[in-house]
Amino acid sequence: MTQKGSGRLLPAWAKTAIGFVLSLALTGLGLLAITFFIGRVVPIDPVLAVVGDRAPPAVYEAAKERMGLNDPLILQFVHYVAGILRGDFGLSVSTQRPVMEDIARYFPATLEMATLGILIGVVIGVPLGALAAARQGSIIDQVIRVIGLAGYAIPAFWLGLVGLVLFYAQLKWVAGPGRIDIFLDGMVPPVTGLLLVDSLIAGDFESFTNAFSHIILPATILGFFSLAYIARMTRSFMLDQLGQEFIITARVKGVPARVIIWRHAFRPIRVQLITVIGLSYAALLEGSVMVETVFSWPGIGNYLTTALLNADMNAVLGGTLVIGAVFIAINKISDALYRILDPRAR
Amino acid sequence: MTLSVLSRDWLLDENPETRLQAKLGQSYRMTRALMRNPLAVLGLVIILALLVVAAFAPWLAPYSPIEGSLSNRLLPPSAEHWMGTDELGRDILSRVIHGSRITLYIVLLVAVLSAPIGLVLGAVAGYFGGWVDRALMGVTDVFLSMPRLILALAFVAALGPGIGNAVIAITITAWPVYARIARAETLTIRNSDFIAAVRMLGGSHWRIVARHILPLCLSSTIIRVTLDMAGIILTAAGLGFIGLGAQPPAPEWGAMISRGRTFILDQWWVATMPGFAIVVVSLGFCLFGDGLRDVLDPRQRSK
Repeated sequence: MTQKGSGRLLPAWAKTAIGFVLSLALTGLGLLAITFFIGRVVPIDPVLAVVGDRAPPAVYEAAKERMGLNDPLILQFVHYVAGILRGDFGLSVSTQRPVMEDIARYFPATLEMATLGILIGVVIGVPLGALAAARQGSIIDQVIRVIGLAGYAIPAFWLGLVGLVLFYAQLKWVAGPGRIDIFLDGMVPPVTGLLLVDSLIAGDFESFTNAFSHIILPATILGFFSLAYIARMTRSFMLDQLGQEFIITARVKGVPARVIIWRHAFRPIRVQLITVIGLSYAALLEGSVMVETVFSWPGIGNYLTTALLNADMNAVLGGTLVIGAVFIAINKISDALYRILDPRAR
Repeated sequence: MTLSVLSRDWLLDENPETRLQAKLGQSYRMTRALMRNPLAVLGLVIILALLVVAAFAPWLAPYSPIEGSLSNRLLPPSAEHWMGTDELGRDILSRVIHGSRITLYIVLLVAVLSAPIGLVLGAVAGYFGGWVDRALMGVTDVFLSMPRLILALAFVAALGPGIGNAVIAITITAWPVYARIARAETLTIRNSDFIAAVRMLGGSHWRIVARHILPLCLSSTIIRVTLDMAGIILTAAGLGFIGLGAQPPAPEWGAMISRGRTFILDQWWVATMPGFAIVVVSLGFCLFGDGLRDVLDPRQRSK
């Protein structure tokens, strides 16, 4: 990486990097513009919230001036962006804490559930999709088709409720709503904020199994939706590969079917799969809003919906910004990874 | 002549004599192809059933969707109340039947609002190119890379709960996809000879976009809208579930599930039954959309 590529002709990697940073920054700015706009559309008068509705007009005007609400919109936007960049999301009306602090507390729970969900989706979805492609028209293929349709047509919150009725109330296989039973709550010293990891670090096996029985149902339900998507995409990528001439050559040479599927056909699609997995991980974060509401999961989605019902706009916009930023970042990174790893996309 | 008009040969004639004959023949071929796909037919049947149920809701529903008697509260499904009753003694089946109107209203309104916006923006961006394209597509891409549900939630939070605002919020998140599709289609046809011919005949840019480009973008947009219907239904139901969509006592399916949540462990039917309606209707649009895509756009055929 010397200077030789600089000047008028930038090396390819630098162009990719600059393009990546630019599009990330632009999209991020777009997200900020949207949340700023939403914040202005709200029929709640922020000045009244500060001075109260019996303040004399002079006090009201002074407060308005001090809050910068008389500035031109563009200047207000610049102040808003600067505040966000400093990590200042304002105070939450309902919890009376800075929104940033709230989000930092709630985010690990969401991360834990979404990560377990995507693991379930990948571990089951990829082999299932590959098998469906290898045996087109077989039972597995039909199952994938049904799962794919179900992933489109079933509301996540409803599936969560049905899951609770079946596996918690009727079969008693899993624990109910929440992250951990109350008598175990707060027993594990927080290190990462992920209960499953923290309880293992502390060597507290009871907490681990308890937390696991709480997380497994919501994570599986989230994972079901990524499984549906990942399996369908794996199947279609595999079918593309299996129709190629090098596969026919391998077949003619007498290469065993298992080797053809996993070595010849699966290898080239790994890069495409990374993008798909990235996309569905981002979608999981979004889907977690609904699932968390159903399972009273103390994550960012639950925080967001509670704030929505309380008209706690700072918390709503903060939650929207954080979920939106993570969503955008994962999308852009998986897109960039695809460009870096796949020589054809360069 | 009158006899030959109705015949199959006339419809399938390779050399149609009139524009009407060509159009009818094309629709006949498409319908035939669609009917050969049993899943698409199932989807169509579900959509037609939704339309019929919504149109005749007051006659089909055995009880009132709003009024119930407290002596009948939380009854399990039975011969009198096929889906049971809710916490106010209202018949759930009647509420589900009336709820089909709300679902249909939301879905149609979102489609009618978002598809034209996306179509026009995409076609204009693709046809004019240059700065117009970059600016319009820049905005489109920003919207496309946002999480749709979260964005809709935030907009409803700002606008206030209600069906109308839910429609606006979903529309704001739905149009960018159609803009992308329309732009891609426009790029493939804007340099065609027939467009150049219209230019030479003195047709204005707007005439070309409105009369020659937009109609050609229609079929891929219609496919996409049909496929998106399921997503729109789920988002609308999700907003209702959170309490930001239709407000009680409106029999909106998502809101009904939300009310039933309280009794989910003992009276499972209150929350479960409206969910089946959502699943069936979403499935109908998915299946029909898939079938429509296979017929109208064979390039995108699902394997």
